[in-house]
Amino acid sequence: MTTAAQVLAQFQATGVQTCFHDRHINPQIYADLNGSNWSLKDYEARGGYQALRQILGKDGGEGLTQDQVIATVKESGLRGRGGAGFPTGLKWSFMPRQFPGQKHLVCNSDEGEPGTCKDRDILMYNPHIVIEGMIIAAYAMGISLGYNYIHGEIFQVYERFEAALDEARAAGYLGDNIMGSSFNFQLHAHHGFGAYICGEETALLESLEGKKGQPRFKPPFPASFGLYGKPTTINNTETFAAVPWIIRNGGAAYLACGKPNNGGTKIFSVSGDVERPGNYEIPLGTPFSKLLELAGGVRTGRQLKAVIPGGSSSPVLPASVIMECTMDYDSIAKAGSMLGSGAVIVMDDSRCMVESLKRLSYFYMHESCGQCTPCREGTGWLWRLVDRIQRGDGRPADMDLLDSVASNIMGRTICALGDAAAMPVRAMLKHYRHEFDAMIRKPNPQAATSA
Amino acid sequence: MISEATKARFAREVAKYPAEQKQSAVMACLAIVQQEQGHVSEASEAGIAEYLGMPQIAVHEVTTFYNMYNQQPVGKYKLAVCTNLPCQLRGGYEALHHLEKKLGIHMGETTADGMFTLQQCECLGACADAPAMLVSDRHMCSFMDNDKLDQLVDGLRAAEGKQ
Repeated sequence: MTTAAQVLAQFQATGVQTCFHDRHINPQIYADLNGSNWSLKDYEARGGYQALRQILGKDGGEGLTQDQVIATVKESGLRGRGGAGFPTGLKWSFMPRQFPGQKHLVCNSDEGEPGTCKDRDILMYNPHIVIEGMIIAAYAMGISLGYNYIHGEIFQVYERFEAALDEARAAGYLGDNIMGSSFNFQLHAHHGFGAYICGEETALLESLEGKKGQPRFKPPFPASFGLYGKPTTINNTETFAAVPWIIRNGGAAYLACGKPNNGGTKIFSVSGDVERPGNYEIPLGTPFSKLLELAGGVRTGRQLKAVIPGGSSSPVLPASVIMECTMDYDSIAKAGSMLGSGAVIVMDDSRCMVESLKRLSYFYMHESCGQCTPCREGTGWLWRLVDRIQRGDGRPADMDLLDSVASNIMGRTICALGDAAAMPVRAMLKHYRHEFDAMIRKPNPQAATSA
Repeated sequence: MISEATKARFAREVAKYPAEQKQSAVMACLAIVQQEQGHVSEASEAGIAEYLGMPQIAVHEVTTFYNMYNQQPVGKYKLAVCTNLPCQLRGGYEALHHLEKKLGIHMGETTADGMFTLQQCECLGACADAPAMLVSDRHMCSFMDNDKLDQLVDGLRAAEGKQ
């Protein structure tokens, strides 16, 4: 008889559709993965842990000083892959290395931004690349204790990462006197359990301390007051995963992979109305049209209507605008949106923007931590307004009210969730106001759209 | 009462954190209790509070803040279907409605035989696998079209001898 576990296993993702395809362009993080080669031996066979050997001088060379590692990361132009795009080398240089006492390193794998599923595939199919990146970061900043905070919904990924940690400890890459050096670094995995807000770095720290994940006021920033009140550096999973390649090949080579100020490759999670949704690792600066082509193009028989280019919090861009963009921080920002986490949500010409915004607004209302009044109350207002417009009960004044609520949330909250809820509303009104107007005039939503 | 076997699992989690920061293990301990008992009861919260040396209300704050902790008993299998925008664009609501019909319940409810609880959930982080669904917190199921949903429900019923 088939057991329940066997039944469930049939539906587990294999990575074939999302990761092990030949439609990446010059991949570094996803290169040569097949789902069964995640373990330490396979990673070493791909050149893994060579960068760590190099900085510790265990490859026959002189090794790298902390300053040299940070300088190399600065030179690479690597920018934070979690959403904000902050220069990684600069962030590392903020860590007060001489601070006496414990300092912490944290990896943010709380990947819950609607549209994003790239870190899941890194941690599941290439976990050691994150571990090696974290060890190198810890070395550069003189840190001896680290945690990887993993999204609670991807529990199998958390278990995979724990297995990889065990391997790394057994091989002497983690622990005391790493590879015979005087450098010590302990690394552990911590899981969330369903709270989008914990992707915000200070909420993540609160959660890691065993509390509700409510963001902290900044300043003080984590670099001075982080986990357990001690200096802490937090980077995204993909950011750490980029580091071993940079050390092995040099900062200049990484920068050359992308475009100026936008070094390296970036993984884009393409979802929605495309033929082949999945993760695509491509050099920053690749045209959007090329990414769309890699993802199989818009669903057969349909035209591109709009794209949310950087996760649900980033402003929507109409087809005519996004088709002129290249996929990098600067080009998307210039077009009026954000590269964010690299979650590209594609919508075709059958889609109703009111319906789309309604689900986004529900998400932010549900996930507001409730700490700041403008966000706690405002996200509820946004959802109720969009909901009644979509149900055909909208009033003419609702458009101005939506805009007013959104602008009264923005900039008035401790963390960015308030802005993240308001920005999609304002962008939808900017580009697709006529769809909202049409629904307010015609009480029957079915008559206004075909979606 | 928390069994010795469960305490051994707790100890593995507590060991990850500095000795004076045992509270950091509270999320993992709650998840372990939920896996073993199906939900987090007040008695479990009290037991965890005692084990970790923290106020019981601080444990309860964590249980109530995070979406995945079950504050009430649920069915043997908790089916959480993602309907966020990326899943919505690829049949997330169809999956949810199909399960409602198949199980004869509405979202938020549990089947009369106690086998299934059906929920709508927020982003699972499996957007390219849409429609995506999480079964009992620990099993992600990908590309769940109606045929696969039927196979899953029928398969679990058969495995439990409730065909």
